[in-house]
Amino acid sequence: MIDKRLASAAEAVADIADGSSIMIGGFGEAGSPIELIHALIDQGAKDLTVISNNTGSGEVGLAALLKARRVTKVICSFPKTANSRVFPELYREGFTELELVPQGTLAERIRAGGAGVPAFYTPAAVGTPLGEGKETRVLDGREYVLEFGLRADVALIKASAADTMGNLLYNKTARNFGPVMAMAGRTTIAQAERVVEAGQIDPEVVVTPSIFVDRVVEVPQPLVESQLIAAGACYP
Amino acid sequence: MTTGQQGWSRQQMAERLALDIADGSCVNLGIGIPELIANCVPEGRTFIYHTENGLLGMGPAPAASDEDPELINAGKKYVTAIDGAAFFHHADSFAMIRGGHLDLSVLGAMQVSQSGDLANWSTGAPDAIPGVGGAMDLVAGVKQVFVITQHCTKAGAPKLVESCTFPLTGKGVVDRIYTDLAVIDVAGHGFQVVELAPGVDFETVAQRTGAPLLSPGN
Repeated sequence: MIDKRLASAAEAVADIADGSSIMIGGFGEAGSPIELIHALIDQGAKDLTVISNNTGSGEVGLAALLKARRVTKVICSFPKTANSRVFPELYREGFTELELVPQGTLAERIRAGGAGVPAFYTPAAVGTPLGEGKETRVLDGREYVLEFGLRADVALIKASAADTMGNLLYNKTARNFGPVMAMAGRTTIAQAERVVEAGQIDPEVVVTPSIFVDRVVEVPQPLVESQLIAAGACYP
Repeated sequence: MTTGQQGWSRQQMAERLALDIADGSCVNLGIGIPELIANCVPEGRTFIYHTENGLLGMGPAPAASDEDPELINAGKKYVTAIDGAAFFHHADSFAMIRGGHLDLSVLGAMQVSQSGDLANWSTGAPDAIPGVGGAMDLVAGVKQVFVITQHCTKAGAPKLVESCTFPLTGKGVVDRIYTDLAVIDVAGHGFQVVELAPGVDFETVAQRTGAPLLSPGN
């Protein structure tokens, strides 16, 4: 019987190598796999490329990973959330490089990467600085830019529930990048508030099918980023 | 400057824009003044709100006791989901946007050109941290794009210009502009006044516009 559960977040991220590319789910704090990120900080991998919509807030979660100087490049759409102090400093210092991508292009690049589509044309960013230098093509009289699919060595995502096979459900707007990152990660690691036996999730409502998920860790009461920041917390 | 004593308030700008949204429209509201539109729905109409982080059928802010950090809008504020709402992942959300399934996108602006170019994401300053979010996808894909903005910057510079000097969000994408002074259409060779705010005359608007301004009916 397949059982993708691991006992701890530490065990789940133990083999992530220096220089890895890592997709990290979440839109702001919603869907951010904060326990997996903290375990990655403890684990010590460095020279990471992080693919995530934002760059974290305060000094917990993704911002703490950046602050620990483990991330040399971020690929994201909006690196300046309220309370985002860490990334601006690292960016201005030249330690962390930024590849800025329109949000929908970022989502589609990840989806395409996971779906075996190496590149696609999109109308977003045509005629703007983010479209400059990119291959373009006119289709049906409209100009499009060529964008490339994205994959990553690892995807870290947050689910509301998983079964032992790795099927996932999400909570409300915390779903955001989880399903597409699960597809695009060569190793996808999900933390879930509850892990149930196979058969306990109705196949009709599965959001991420198990084939896209390699490891599952139960984190019953995940930390809430905004509460940590309000309390002045820093990790570690 | 007498701005603030004449023309529309932010709330009145939002109310005026809302009059131009058809019943049943699916609408994406940007951050800032666009958010006010949700409280200005004309009697007898229903708008369905899309928020690009993954919710169609966004409802108003909850009571403080019902705030859920996993139920937020694109501005990362707490929201609710109406009856009939749906959650979805980002690629589906932007398929709605890019695929032309949404009726209207309402955005703020730093500059709009007479040919409908929009600049609203970066000053281009070398030390600025650039952040684009979903604006480029919205203007590229949504059926209609309205801008709601003060007519001039705080320093008094026109935001409606012949050509944008700030980095573009999209080329030729804006249909109509709602400012504190007027409702204005992009006309290619200038801006066309559709309606002046009460107490505002055409000359005042023309002086504060950085491109040719065409009077209503011309």
